[in-house]
Amino acid sequence: MEASNNIRSDKEIKDLVEKWKGVEGNLIMILHTIQDEYGYIPRHVSFELQKLLDIPLARIYEVITFYNYFKLEPPGKHKISLCMGTACYLKGGVDILGELKSILHIEPGQTTKDGLFTIELVRCLGCCGLSPVMMIDGKIYGKLSQEKIPEILTHYIEAES
Amino acid sequence: MVKAKINGIDVQVARGTSILTAAKKVNIKIPSLCKHPDLDATAACGICIVKVKGSKKMLRSCCTPLEEGMDIITHDDELQDIRRTVIELILSNHPDECLECGRNNNCELQKLAADFGIRQQPFKEFLRDLPKDDSTKTIVIDPRKCIQCGRCVQVCQDMQDVWALSFLERGIETRISPAGDINLSESPCVRCGQCSAHCPTGAIVEYDETIKTWRALHDTNNHCVVQIAPAVRVAIGEAFGFPDGTNLTKKIYAALRRLGFKAVFDTSFGADVTIMEEASEFIQRFVHKKGKLPLITTCCPSWVDFMEKFYPDMIDHFSSSKSPHEMVGSLAKTYYAERNNLSPANIRMVSIMPCTSKKYEISRNQDMFASGQQDVDIVLTTRELARMIKQAGIDFVNLAPEEPDHLLGDYTGGGVIFGATGGVMEAALRTAHYFVTGKNAPKAEFESVRGLKGVKETTVDMAGQKVKIAIAHGLGNVEFVLRKIQKAISENKELPYHFVEVMACVGGCVGGGGQPYGVTDALRLSRARGLYQDDDAKELHNSHENPFVIKLYKEYLGKPLGEKPHKLLHTHYKPRPMYKK
Repeated sequence: MEASNNIRSDKEIKDLVEKWKGVEGNLIMILHTIQDEYGYIPRHVSFELQKLLDIPLARIYEVITFYNYFKLEPPGKHKISLCMGTACYLKGGVDILGELKSILHIEPGQTTKDGLFTIELVRCLGCCGLSPVMMIDGKIYGKLSQEKIPEILTHYIEAES
Repeated sequence: MVKAKINGIDVQVARGTSILTAAKKVNIKIPSLCKHPDLDATAACGICIVKVKGSKKMLRSCCTPLEEGMDIITHDDELQDIRRTVIELILSNHPDECLECGRNNNCELQKLAADFGIRQQPFKEFLRDLPKDDSTKTIVIDPRKCIQCGRCVQVCQDMQDVWALSFLERGIETRISPAGDINLSESPCVRCGQCSAHCPTGAIVEYDETIKTWRALHDTNNHCVVQIAPAVRVAIGEAFGFPDGTNLTKKIYAALRRLGFKAVFDTSFGADVTIMEEASEFIQRFVHKKGKLPLITTCCPSWVDFMEKFYPDMIDHFSSSKSPHEMVGSLAKTYYAERNNLSPANIRMVSIMPCTSKKYEISRNQDMFASGQQDVDIVLTTRELARMIKQAGIDFVNLAPEEPDHLLGDYTGGGVIFGATGGVMEAALRTAHYFVTGKNAPKAEFESVRGLKGVKETTVDMAGQKVKIAIAHGLGNVEFVLRKIQKAISENKELPYHFVEVMACVGGCVGGGGQPYGVTDALRLSRARGLYQDDDAKELHNSHENPFVIKLYKEYLGKPLGEKPHKLLHTHYKPRPMYKK
């Protein structure tokens, strides 16, 4: 998806809606652009879309929550994508998830209170040979074990201080 | 027309008729759960499956039209086994809380499970932990009990055009909720309760205030009084086995006295008073050109809430007259209190309404405290009253009829037809005609406003002047009428109407969200017929002829729209946000 710049103001949202006017399925395309810009769909933008598109907010939220891709919460600074594909699952992905949850106190799809991490479950990152695998901000961590998790996370936490 | 066979029986139906409906014509009931006669088929539950002879394929009969030459099988071992499995699967996602549920004994899922003799739970229970939402204090949503039939969502979005409820997420995570998991009270919900009237299970029920009412009745400091709305009298019988539409006014009066109410009033009397005020408003605007036209009726609190949220530009068109039960409330705590040397602070007014929204109306703004107290203390729906009568051990069926307490209890035919769509308009036109001409119109003069057509437009003659009117019921039908008005106003063209009546629920109050379950158009018509028969049977049909209304104005209120009526019987409106979050 092509990232569009600067759709922060009401005017820019209006222009975006104008661009997709009359196109079937335009709500999804508009939501994609919004999500690319913000990393999620802020509620105030949904309100704006309700007005501009004359689509009830309830319908907009039906669409947003139907698709796993769309988020309603701002993402954390670092996105942890934990693989739950067949290989990673069989090689202990669930234990890795348990370790992440116990350290970060969040469920998949949620963001830590300090805004540092978001956990997301994904299906296969394309390197099953390294299973179990997780990816943080595009960097792959393979052949994971529960013991390795604290050290990996500490690296990101320390970089902040 | 198409000709086909169902279980070997010849059937002929109009093209497009579903197999489910066609089967009913030959007295075959295909079990079904999610389909409601008011609503389009969603094919959500899969219980109404049938087979075509010679094919293994199963069809959902709710959404499959009968085709020429089809040979349908509705029942065999395989179909019944699958239906049983589907019920068991639904039950595995449904809490086993029947005994503590608001729908115990009238739940459609419970009935289906009973009919199919479900005696075991072979599937592992999977229940979701979702919070109850009672924020509106009118209807309560318990999403754990939702079977995802989609009726409430269809009702809220299509029938009512409110869009408070939606399906969020998908698959096993699907749940009903306002957009963004906010509370219903923070959403556009107008509390009409049609979702609760259509929900097959206990996932949406009225906010129960029967215990609160018992406590009020048993508190010896209280002087509890009560009133019943027009539509209640022709619906409560359904809970006691009476034929549809039976008018039980006088049995209800008797039952209410046995429950412990010190005085029994009738909202239909309040409707007569409402007509005195509203017809006067109409005359003022239509004849004397003071105030905006069209005048729009405001007896329905869901409609008022809807307009305040969705069409605040129409506020000036609204009648300022309060709804009938609010008028009876403020009069009970002033007029009745004074006549009987009672302190208004000790009077507790309970309104029995066909409506969930009235629970909200009683505190919607300061005008609802016109007597110095909250004018109406508790609102019970028809369903709640039926439960209280049963709890109290009253043999309702054999109860001898009683009269109301006269001060605020006697009504004319004009007052009682308020409960049906078109009724407010018809009663107002009868009295407006009298106000303009000094003569009563023939009773049948304004009957063109009756019936279940979504928008009724007509022109009536009033002393040589043409009055253009519109009646809409079911909020989904309102937009058509309002857009027409807005367009004429913005283009400075001739107004399409002079007088508009809106009721939020299809059929008007007889189809209200607090009425007994299982409403269909046939039932709405039966209930309305009960009201029109009451009108026919009355000696007086015109609100302005009610001797107790005449006495009220003569001895207490003065003239309609005067200072005292203004204080006690009128209210204000203000724009409200659609979403509070």
